[in-house]
Amino acid sequence: MINNMTITNAKYNKDNLTDANCSISCIANGEHVSVPLDEANRHYAEILKQVAAGTLTIQEAV
Amino acid sequence: MSKQTELVGLARTTKLDEVNDAYDAGALSNRNMVINGAMNVAQRSASVAAVATDGYYTLDRWHINMGTTSAGRLTMSQTADGPNNISANCLKLDCTTADTSIAAGEFILLSQKFEGQNLQRIGKGVVGAKQVTVSFYVKASASFTFGLELYDNDNSRQITKLFDTTTDWVRHEITFPADVDDGSSPLDDDNANSLQLQFWLNGGATYTGGTLNTASWANDTSANRAAGIDSFFSNTANNFFITGVQMEVGPVATEFEQEEISVTENKCFRYFQKFDSVGANYQRYGVGFNYSTTGHSNPIKLLTPMRAVPAVGTTGTAANYAINHNADAVTACNGVPTLAGAADNPKHSIGITCTVSSGLDAGDVGLLISNNNVSSFLSFDAEL
Repeated sequence: MINNMTITNAKYNKDNLTDANCSISCIANGEHVSVPLDEANRHYAEILKQVAAGTLTIQEAV
Repeated sequence: MSKQTELVGLARTTKLDEVNDAYDAGALSNRNMVINGAMNVAQRSASVAAVATDGYYTLDRWHINMGTTSAGRLTMSQTADGPNNISANCLKLDCTTADTSIAAGEFILLSQKFEGQNLQRIGKGVVGAKQVTVSFYVKASASFTFGLELYDNDNSRQITKLFDTTTDWVRHEITFPADVDDGSSPLDDDNANSLQLQFWLNGGATYTGGTLNTASWANDTSANRAAGIDSFFSNTANNFFITGVQMEVGPVATEFEQEEISVTENKCFRYFQKFDSVGANYQRYGVGFNYSTTGHSNPIKLLTPMRAVPAVGTTGTAANYAINHNADAVTACNGVPTLAGAADNPKHSIGITCTVSSGLDAGDVGLLISNNNVSSFLSFDAEL
């Protein structure tokens, strides 16, 4: 079944302790969310799907 | 036999009889696998207009999926218009923009998704599988035929039954057959989406072009999922109301199971929690510490452990958040709070990182607060 979550402005966040990517900030269907890198999270699962489809790019953390 | 023993034995017999009566009257708990079936909890919002895309909008656990982009729009709301003695509240859908040219891939699904580990009692897909009965109260602005589908997300199997609406509340009781399948397609015993209970309120030819699969479970054939349903988007006069939704094991629909609001809320918190400003400025979200002059780390204690690590929602405006520190100074954030830590965040506490332009004392304690703003919030979303 098709889901049509619209995701924009995706960008990694870095953890202040490890300096590793720890989450992705984005706008999902108009909501500002910070998404864990956990495939059990529906937002992250959708991000992975859209990245694989080539329709979404995640900007690196600055 | 002592007198005391006789009394105990008599009490046991009496209690067993009472249990049967109580079950018939709906007094026993935990029969209903649906969460928030009485439509009493709406943490996100009481009403959202112009719904056009997939998402959770108002009532907790109730999901709207709209497939291919439609010209149709609806308002989803929690409405104080439930049937007497069942619930004061119901979920209302109001068609605000009609779409009379339904594209093949269009649909409207009102769904609740279930973790497989909560459905093992059904025994679906294995020897000894049981029937499932779904009951609900529904009314609409006119007479419509819609569909109720159980969709096995682990094995892509489904079955749909049709039901009709009138302008008065009617309780439907629909029993679905057991799905033994070949005995080797159980629902996964985990925290992922295994089953969807979903109301078909619109469907294009992709989903309605075949013959409705209604007699027994079958592998998913899209065209057979919703054949024969009407379209909720046919007219802006269309309204749909539903409450008292119950899904239970067996062939009998028992009376709708009532539960205290605290019980329903705690069930909902596993999937979504929202800490809002309750209409006041400077509400406190949690105590943390400043790891630098511009950075603040805050472990937010969740109300209950969540299904999975949640996404953290904010208003999207950095200045809606602030750090309260150093003799009651309030320094506005210059970035919205973000989720810290890796995917191994514990499910009962979530690390939040906030930044300000300057002025924090590294190593000091600080509070993450809503700034001079009444609409600030933090939300935690672990929905299916």
